[in-house]
Amino acid sequence: MSGPVGALIYVLLAPLVGGMLGGIDRIVSARMQSRMGPPVLQPFYDVLKLLGKRPTVVNHFQNFYVTCFLVFIIVTGAIFFGGGDILLAIFALTVGAIFLVLAAYAPNSPYSNIGAERELLQMMAYEPMLLITAMGMYVVAGSFNVRDIVRFREGLLGYLPAIFLGFLFVLTIKLRKSPFDLSMSHHAHQELVKGLTTELSGPSLAVVEVAHWYENVFLLGFVYLFFAWLGPVIAVAATFAVYLFEMLIDNVYARLTWKFTVRVSWLAAGLLGGVNLLLVFYMFRGRL
Amino acid sequence: MSFLKKSPWVMHYDASSCNGCDIEVLACLTPVYDVERFGIVNTGNPKHADILLITGGVNEQNMNVVRTIYDQMTDPKVVVAIGACAGSGGIFRECYNVHRGVESVIPVDVYVPGCAARPEAIIDAVVRGLGVLEEKAERMKKEPRGGKVKA
Repeated sequence: MSGPVGALIYVLLAPLVGGMLGGIDRIVSARMQSRMGPPVLQPFYDVLKLLGKRPTVVNHFQNFYVTCFLVFIIVTGAIFFGGGDILLAIFALTVGAIFLVLAAYAPNSPYSNIGAERELLQMMAYEPMLLITAMGMYVVAGSFNVRDIVRFREGLLGYLPAIFLGFLFVLTIKLRKSPFDLSMSHHAHQELVKGLTTELSGPSLAVVEVAHWYENVFLLGFVYLFFAWLGPVIAVAATFAVYLFEMLIDNVYARLTWKFTVRVSWLAAGLLGGVNLLLVFYMFRGRL
Repeated sequence: MSFLKKSPWVMHYDASSCNGCDIEVLACLTPVYDVERFGIVNTGNPKHADILLITGGVNEQNMNVVRTIYDQMTDPKVVVAIGACAGSGGIFRECYNVHRGVESVIPVDVYVPGCAARPEAIIDAVVRGLGVLEEKAERMKKEPRGGKVKA
């Protein structure tokens, strides 16, 4: 996939893929709990239903922020799947996440505000590792551009095993899976756990859902980079296996506190990310 | 057709019930009945819910809570009153602080009899509620664009 074509394919197909992944996620989770689970198209039904509800807003800025969240997540994925700069994609992702936080801060609701604060803490927890991952890829592949990283044929995973583990760690935060689904969980029965989206309803909630589909596809694209040298078929299968692994983690662990989340993810970033980055830096220092 | 039927999100509120009906509502979510098969999800947030399941006869203290929850739900919405108490006040009917059923506070669309109501009956009531939900959605579409302004 080259440049604009890849980006266009992402914009058009990511919601379909993301929604299907969401449906598979719900079925697999249900089976792990010895339930039948909903149909695989359930996430689409949910979003289409939400679009049909009467729009109710607490604060009119909310919708603006939520739309910006969607736009920037799409921009993130478009940069990434267009073969662009991976750092730029990460920064666009951060801007998108900040807009979601603003949307949660807009209404004067304690649950929503606590969700926003927790989301900021989560961002603090995952950002260092995400950047270290990008740096590691740069040192090994010699470029920040996704199209060059994909073409790196020596096996990114072999050089960056610890960074990959650290990335899996923060991927759990980013995919909003237990034990790190502090700011907004998909299976929440209390207001506090629904956090960010407490005050969003109907169409604006649907926009957030669609943005999450885009986001999940982007994140799995990131995972794909580690396996790209194996060829597309095996790499996609490996990426899906990683997603299944995240589902398992989601169902096995209870929710942790924000203090533990920040502490343990910085530890992972420092130990797994930092050490691996130093190693590859010395291995490739001649090239830099 | 609308997608309301395929993804009804329910919210459960205990308005001074003895917990008998509450346990039966929760039983619907267990692997035995697993209502998620039909896309029914239990949310804790009235703003996300389509169907409000109320158990208990509503007393003086939680009357306003019930009203607030109902007002916070976005249209179209349906209320299902579960159990004898929610229907008429039940065994607590003569109590000085108990209202005589949910309908004395908010409009109810479907009643479930029983003390306690059985999970099968609750699921049946939710499915009947879907028909009402559909009707309300149709009516909503015919309203002028923008709809009525809610306080």
